[in-house]
Amino acid sequence: MLDLLLVTLACFSAGAVGALATAPWMNLSRLVGNAGALLGALGAFALGLAGLVGGNLQLNIPDLLPIGGVALGVDRLSAFFVVVIAAGAIPAALYALGYTREYAGKHSLARMGFAFNVFIAAMILVVLARNVLTFLFLWEAMSLASYFLVMTEHEREDTVRAGWVYFVMTHAGFAALFLGFLLLTRATGTMDFADWGAAAAKLDPTSRNLIFVLLALGFGSKAGVIPLHVWLPRAHPAAPSHVSALMSGVMIKLGVYGIARVAFDWLGAGPAWWGGAILVVGAVSAVLGVLYALVEHDLKRLLAYHSVENIGIIMLGLGGGMLFQTSHLPGLAALALVAGLYHTLNHAVFKSLLFMGAGAILHATHTRNMEEMGGLIKRMPQTAALFLVGSVAIAALPPLNGFISEWLTFQSLLLSFQISAHTVNLIFALGVAALALTSGLAAACFVKAFGITFLALPRSESAAHAREVEWTMRAAMALLALACIVLGVAPPLTLAPLEATVFDLMGGLADMRFDWNAVVAHDGFGWVAPLWIALGLVAFLVAIPLAPRLIGANNRRRYYETWGCGRALQTARFEYTATAFANPFKRVFALLYRPVKELDIEFHPESRYFVRTIAYYNEGRLIFEDALYRPLLRMIQALAREARVLQSGNVHGYLVYILVALVALLILTV
Amino acid sequence: MLTEITIELLQLLMVMLGSPLLVGVIRKAKARLQGRRGASICQPYADLRKLLTKEMVIPENTSWIFRFTPYLLATTMLLSALIVPVLTTRTPLGFMGNIIALMYLFLLGTFFLALAGLDAGSAFGGMGSSREVAIAALAEPTVLIAIFGIALRAGTTSLDGIIARSVADPLLMLNAGHLLAFFAFFIVTLAETGRLPVDNPTTHLELTMIHEAMILEYSGRLLAFVEWAAGMKLFLFLTLLSNLFFPWGVALANTPVALFTAFLALAVKLLLFAGAIALVETLVAKLRLFRVPELLAGSFTVALLAVVTAFFIK
Amino acid sequence: MASLIKHIWKTPVVTEALRPGADTEIEVIARHIDDGARKRLGRSLHIRQVDAGSCNGCELEIGALNNPYYDLERFGMHFVASPRHADCLLVTGPVTRNMADPLKRTYDATPAPKIVVAVGDCAHDCGVFAGGYAVVGPVSAILPVDAVVRGCPPEPRAILLGILAALERRA
Repeated sequence: MLDLLLVTLACFSAGAVGALATAPWMNLSRLVGNAGALLGALGAFALGLAGLVGGNLQLNIPDLLPIGGVALGVDRLSAFFVVVIAAGAIPAALYALGYTREYAGKHSLARMGFAFNVFIAAMILVVLARNVLTFLFLWEAMSLASYFLVMTEHEREDTVRAGWVYFVMTHAGFAALFLGFLLLTRATGTMDFADWGAAAAKLDPTSRNLIFVLLALGFGSKAGVIPLHVWLPRAHPAAPSHVSALMSGVMIKLGVYGIARVAFDWLGAGPAWWGGAILVVGAVSAVLGVLYALVEHDLKRLLAYHSVENIGIIMLGLGGGMLFQTSHLPGLAALALVAGLYHTLNHAVFKSLLFMGAGAILHATHTRNMEEMGGLIKRMPQTAALFLVGSVAIAALPPLNGFISEWLTFQSLLLSFQISAHTVNLIFALGVAALALTSGLAAACFVKAFGITFLALPRSESAAHAREVEWTMRAAMALLALACIVLGVAPPLTLAPLEATVFDLMGGLADMRFDWNAVVAHDGFGWVAPLWIALGLVAFLVAIPLAPRLIGANNRRRYYETWGCGRALQTARFEYTATAFANPFKRVFALLYRPVKELDIEFHPESRYFVRTIAYYNEGRLIFEDALYRPLLRMIQALAREARVLQSGNVHGYLVYILVALVALLILTV
Repeated sequence: MLTEITIELLQLLMVMLGSPLLVGVIRKAKARLQGRRGASICQPYADLRKLLTKEMVIPENTSWIFRFTPYLLATTMLLSALIVPVLTTRTPLGFMGNIIALMYLFLLGTFFLALAGLDAGSAFGGMGSSREVAIAALAEPTVLIAIFGIALRAGTTSLDGIIARSVADPLLMLNAGHLLAFFAFFIVTLAETGRLPVDNPTTHLELTMIHEAMILEYSGRLLAFVEWAAGMKLFLFLTLLSNLFFPWGVALANTPVALFTAFLALAVKLLLFAGAIALVETLVAKLRLFRVPELLAGSFTVALLAVVTAFFIK
Repeated sequence: MASLIKHIWKTPVVTEALRPGADTEIEVIARHIDDGARKRLGRSLHIRQVDAGSCNGCELEIGALNNPYYDLERFGMHFVASPRHADCLLVTGPVTRNMADPLKRTYDATPAPKIVVAVGDCAHDCGVFAGGYAVVGPVSAILPVDAVVRGCPPEPRAILLGILAALERRA
């Protein structure tokens, strides 16, 4: 496996350096950068698969980093995440081959190619890292590379703001991680991940809780759980679409990786409130994420909020697993963890597909605003079909992959009746309710996203002139759509390696049976047969349209205008808008959105009886920003203003500071 | 093997051919309650037959989704007919999905129907789609918590298993939690199948339509499939209500006598439910759209109570 | 609620049998659909009512068809909300200038086979509005009419008989 890793890294390096070296020849630089990333991602996929079947890898380079050097290793969990990363990166690189064409001449393709390769390589190495400094160094490299990618279109004001928020949030998370790792190192006396599992059992409860909170905050901010999500809806839309696909589909999963490691490997089983907190945070993220997505009409921001929602669903599985582990039910804990990890892979696949579709639309219509789209299904039929596959998958509808992982999550949550603690049971019940509400709302949101964007008539000139995108972009999306279908109808492909992975991680064998026919949870508690459902759907879909023909029904069809009550004109003005579609939700959940309605009426100068234009705005307010972040920022700025006193500008004052610090250090250490 | 195929075929035929009859019975009951003679109970059959002979007028703005959706709706309903335990607790294809999978199959149909409503580009269709998915989304938590309540008592979420447990333990049906779950599920049935007080199936005012608004553009054979699928959805929901909560008469073994008894028992139960729905539709007025979430929240609370009682009253 | 239930319980079915009417009321003008279609529509007819500028007197009578005494539904007929769902257009009013085009569009939006029944004197020959500046002509000037029901306004009984006559169906 070491040779696979070296080949992978070589491809990424060639891509990165090559992109910079061929900078003067734009197209060559673009090709070299993206091709290098594609080959590297393919190598990583092979690496991950080798790790899942039980391969071994140990790489120690002592002097590259201080205190312990670079340490890389692979176990099944790392290998699984490498597969997830590769599953997102291969299509993203293929997609980028076509998508980055439009950046030629306007932005530096060489820098983009460099940062892209560094980004993917850093992500892969992060999950392979085996000691603290390696992990932190690669984590920071990943954050910086993604920051530069987000700032590609830095001439736009909202991109700069988005990059800034992302930069601050990721480093705040990094600070929490750093503190947590430091405390854990000090308590266990070692910087190697492998030794933490055993040593952490001897820690006192206060330090364990503190470390858990710090690490959860750090990894949670990367994952994008509420309320640490504020960077997600800004940064993901601002980045180029292939980068958005990677960030949303893959990078935030590293937060999931971190929490899985903390809860099941490094710190081991903890008190019940750990699992409960993760579960509650997951439930809140899921519901709030989808509620915010419902009222968005920027297509990419809508998809970014859905990432928050799906991370919430994954956290429901992880939190449930942690609670089961605390209650000494390893089989159920493993089942919950399998569900969470399966959803991780599925989300990577369908979220990348959706972001790539959004990128294709952006490429064709030059707008992200859904209110200006429409009728694209006739102008971009293949993109529409592929986006539909992604929509059906994310709405967790059978027979695609989202359905099976949500089904497993439901089963693991429902099986919580085996715990006999009333508070825990109630939390699980509310988790079930939250998951159900989320899946219903997600379906509603994607009816809106697909329907308003693709169906009916175009609402603007740019939508009317849209054309299908080039083959590399469509091929990448088709690859992901195929993966959605395969992962949905053939769950044993994923469940078998996942079962082994989870067993390695926490020693529990997941409480389920599966074969090509059916998946059974806990001895007959729940059954599902995705392959049969898919075959049944196809069989009936073929047979039913034939039946009327056989009995001699009328086959004539006539095309006529849409029924408008006899009105003579049918234009795009009569269609439903995205804002109107989300109105029932805005009214039902008004407590959350606190909508602000504005009506601007411009009258004819001659008389107020004649109206020129009416503009209606119905915007929700972002309560987390208003209630949590703004006061926090104000407090920090106030503190900073007070602290400015120290910068007096007087040299003598600074010399006094040095003297005081020196004396204090001498007293403390000697 | 032969018994299995026969049972599945019987179930399929019962759902396919029985749903128009069920709709006809409800309409006849409503008519009688209103003091008029009403159409015959076989009227929906005549309606469907006539629709199959009409031409299809298709709006120019629509895409393939418009023509695909009626077939998909019928497909999901027929597939569900194979899974739902209509006659017996030993449904051969019952392993294809438990009750959660069934709810998601229904959601698949609703998803595409909402898309078809948006497809024609009319304001009515968009309005219908928006309302329909809002109500479907708000009904989901109630359904799943009610299922949780049922599964807690039965120890399984498999439909066959739930019925078998209820039959084995007859006192279970008088359990408070069981009845609470039934009440919550009944409200969800009214919401999902578009019956009063959530949606008026006979309204002509587009502003009060939810399900009707999405199908205003359909005609001919496509409309026949949409109406038939809606009837089948009602049939399946009422079958679930009858067999899950009051499983008297459901066949425990796949013998001809047991199956015939199950058929008669189901017919009686469906008739009673049809009468109940007709009574509710006559006595209760349609709720204002933005009060429907209150109704669904109320049913959610009832379902949650069902779950809580299961934990505290063991 | 209790008083409502008591009232429903006490009220019997009040639907009256359909009496035949005078011959001059109804005129079957043409047969635009074939026999097979006529038979099928005879068992199940979905009606869309179109007001092409009437004074609403005919609409009140048509509205009465839904009440328990006349009960349109026992003949398998049903009013629908969209012409796409309809087999029969029930047109009232002299066709005004503004409604001529919508009426034609409504007819085109209805799938074949379809019949048109014109209700009222205005629909027959513009009634009292004949020759007015806002009126284009009777319904037969715009659409192919199958049957006409005379009267200002015609009784609900006559309207029912007119529709049945267009389908060549006995009551």
